[in-house]
Amino acid sequence: MIQNRAPEPISRIVTKYGLIGSLIALYVSALGMVESFSLRPVVGDFLTLGYVILAAGPVGAGILTARALRDRTSRRSAIGASFGAGAVSSSLLLVLLVVIVIFVIRPDEAGAEVTLQVMFVNLNSGLAEILTFGLGNLLGALMLILFCTIMGGAGGAAVLVRDPLRAGLVTGVILTILVGIFSDTVSQVLQQVSGRVIINIVFVQKSLRPIPAVLVFALGFSMAYFRVPRRSKARWQQVPDTRQKSAKRGFFIAGLLLLIMLPWLTGLFLSQALFLIGLYIIMGLGLNIVVGYAGLLDLGYVAFFAFGAYAMGILTTTSELGITNLTFWSALPICVAAGVLWGLLLGFPVLRLRGDYLAIVTLGFGEIVRILALSDWLGPIQGGPQGILHIPNPVIFGVTLNTPQTMYYVVLLGVILAAFVTIRLRDARLGRQWMSMREDEDVSEAMGINLVSTKLLAFAIGAGFSALAGAILAARQSTIFPHSFNLIISINVLAGIIVGGLGSIPGVIVGMVILVGLPELLREFTEYRFLMYGILLIVVMLVRPEGFLPEATRKRELHSDEPGMAPAEAAPLESVGAGGQE
Amino acid sequence: MLRRFFERFSWVDFILRLFQIGIIIAMIVGLINTISAGRYTNAQWATLVFAGLAQGSIYALIALGYTLVYGILRLINFAHGEVYMFGALTTVFLANAQARSGFLDEHPWLSILSWFLLAGVVSTVIAVLLERIAYRPLRNAPRLVPLITAIGASFALQYTARGLYGAEFRSYPTVDALAGTISILGFNVPVVQVVVIVAAVILMIGLIGFVDRTKIGTSMRSVSEDKDVSRLMGIDVDKVIVITFAIGGLLAGAAGVFNGLFRPVGVFFFMGFFPGLKAFTAAVLGGIGSVPGAAIGGLLLGIVESVFPNLILEGLGIPSANQLRDAFAFTMLVLILIFRPQGIFGEKLAEKKA
Repeated sequence: MIQNRAPEPISRIVTKYGLIGSLIALYVSALGMVESFSLRPVVGDFLTLGYVILAAGPVGAGILTARALRDRTSRRSAIGASFGAGAVSSSLLLVLLVVIVIFVIRPDEAGAEVTLQVMFVNLNSGLAEILTFGLGNLLGALMLILFCTIMGGAGGAAVLVRDPLRAGLVTGVILTILVGIFSDTVSQVLQQVSGRVIINIVFVQKSLRPIPAVLVFALGFSMAYFRVPRRSKARWQQVPDTRQKSAKRGFFIAGLLLLIMLPWLTGLFLSQALFLIGLYIIMGLGLNIVVGYAGLLDLGYVAFFAFGAYAMGILTTTSELGITNLTFWSALPICVAAGVLWGLLLGFPVLRLRGDYLAIVTLGFGEIVRILALSDWLGPIQGGPQGILHIPNPVIFGVTLNTPQTMYYVVLLGVILAAFVTIRLRDARLGRQWMSMREDEDVSEAMGINLVSTKLLAFAIGAGFSALAGAILAARQSTIFPHSFNLIISINVLAGIIVGGLGSIPGVIVGMVILVGLPELLREFTEYRFLMYGILLIVVMLVRPEGFLPEATRKRELHSDEPGMAPAEAAPLESVGAGGQE
Repeated sequence: MLRRFFERFSWVDFILRLFQIGIIIAMIVGLINTISAGRYTNAQWATLVFAGLAQGSIYALIALGYTLVYGILRLINFAHGEVYMFGALTTVFLANAQARSGFLDEHPWLSILSWFLLAGVVSTVIAVLLERIAYRPLRNAPRLVPLITAIGASFALQYTARGLYGAEFRSYPTVDALAGTISILGFNVPVVQVVVIVAAVILMIGLIGFVDRTKIGTSMRSVSEDKDVSRLMGIDVDKVIVITFAIGGLLAGAAGVFNGLFRPVGVFFFMGFFPGLKAFTAAVLGGIGSVPGAAIGGLLLGIVESVFPNLILEGLGIPSANQLRDAFAFTMLVLILIFRPQGIFGEKLAEKKA
């Protein structure tokens, strides 16, 4: 296999990466992402999110080419090559344009029945118009080539330009695009703080005005360009222990205050998103115990979420399905206990299974629960396909918590409770047993760990968290339907904790903010949400299997050749929470 | 003797055994109740069995893809159902175009052949791309990692199909040449079902012959025994793996067309998920890794799924038992994996392997 191959000729590298970029651009266009994202402007009315997505292909081609050539040729010819790769990446888009013009637009005009749009629903004249920048076919095609070439060069520049300038440019561009994309969010926060005046200066109809856009870019640029080289970590370690502790406490309290203020800073709509994120964080923390600590891949986690929601429904509803008419607060512990019990019951039969068999069986359990919930057989108990209606909202001190802003606090309490329990368990004997079991079951058993009880406890505690989330959801929505509890929720939670970093509590939070929060903020994304999940799962597994904010030990395992990884480095939040007993 | 019994006694085994006995008793009770109630005639049972066989042969073709890949890579190719979906969903457009232009009525066999070609090519391309992008870079990763990419790939493929082809339900045209029934053993069986069963069985036998007799089949078996030694013997392991995925894709594409003939409606981007899971059940039932096991497991699962809800659940007095059909298949999967993970034909896997 080992042979001295001549280095690939530059023209081949340019063609290869150009075609990869071209495929990406073709993919996002043919899937309709370019068209539906172009409804959201980013800067002014000329730069839309659609073009940002379209640029991903050429920019990627430029970056890959520049990386491949960085150490081989001069800077100038490498940048030239990335311009070339950008130009190549327009090729398949041009083919797509020709196809649209010939097979989609012409037959419509001629009144013929067969158009390609019957099959590929997103190939329509709207897409062609976006791809040609509204300039007509010939001029537009030239413009498209120019656009791709420039974007390829920009991608190359993002790799090759020398550093303070490079960091400044990249940060500036990313910051501008982010502010533009999240203009809704930014303006809602601004409105809570300062009223409408600033918003009208900065934004025009969800889009950054050009001059503020330049200012935002300048802000991002200077932030990165003039950044003092960071030595804060070394300096932090020189601070005496007692001061460290009180500073940590200060940060902790400030963070808590911020969390409490959050729904009033962000307004009604974002509070609903915060509520959902919190709900998923609770579930993520639970699944993190099962998958991240104990290493048991559970794909049927939604079952416990459903148990929690149905338990809350049956215990508190005022419709004829209700059996006790308890209040939310008195029913909550019962729901959690029911979840734990079900976790034990469902955990028992799968004790002897490992790895992918376990994954498939738990997935089967999840589906069985959903099908049973949908069937008429259990209808007299839990409402069958009609679900349970009239579940009362929680009441505290005579105040009914029926808005997203007030329910946020219930979820916040749940998150804090779940995080506390997780941290304490992780550092306790049980947590060490879980992690030992994750590494090697046979050795753990030989070391005297009781696998049966350890596994069952992992299932049961994870199930309890999930049931807690389900119960809160039932009380918030007042109605529950079996259709809400499908496999996608399990995958959602799993994707969140994997993207964030298995086994890491800040990772769970970050993962859920990314996977649950972003689609809530970007309504255009919702149609492509699961596509993104799928691609994200693959990419994260290929590029960064430990996730964004990995647990320290796992990071060390996967990068054992990099010395000097301090355990506390990746886990600022954990060390705040666990600071007391270390 | 008694002491040794108590030393080896395990509560987990005991409770699992009780659970097993309880399920068997429930099945027997349901069976006796249904038969003694005499609610269905023999002809009705025969209809259920043949429909089950036809459905089962579709499961079997998909299951072969699972079992081939598992045999070689020890990987559950979770996205295999989506490979099947892509072939079926792409071909639906060709089929409808042919039906509109009248080509289907003039040359029904030719046009069905063209469906097979298109579905086979599309599914094969998807399967090979899947291997290249999502699995090959992770050949030596911990086993959880490729399983997670497989789940990701499953979602990515589903929603890619949705983005390309839209979210609508589509249906295959009815083929007049396959309408009507023929009489087998005195029962009237729809021609479509007979064609599907016979064609699927021919494909399965062909595959078994391919794996047993040809040089590529031999190298496939060799790679599934030991990749490193195979490499030393001069086998191009990557090529064999690609061929394996391609064969799995081809069979899944054929299954997609059979499904379109047998059950024309409900062709959409999510159609591959449940058949994929059930085909996996079938592969496990037959013993994952075993080619004849997957074929027989698929047929068996089809019959069980079609007959058992009426035969057992109704006997137990459960209303609208057919709603629980899917739950039945999954319950069976759970029970096999718990009580006989090696399946009917499977080798007993060492615990580490399983």
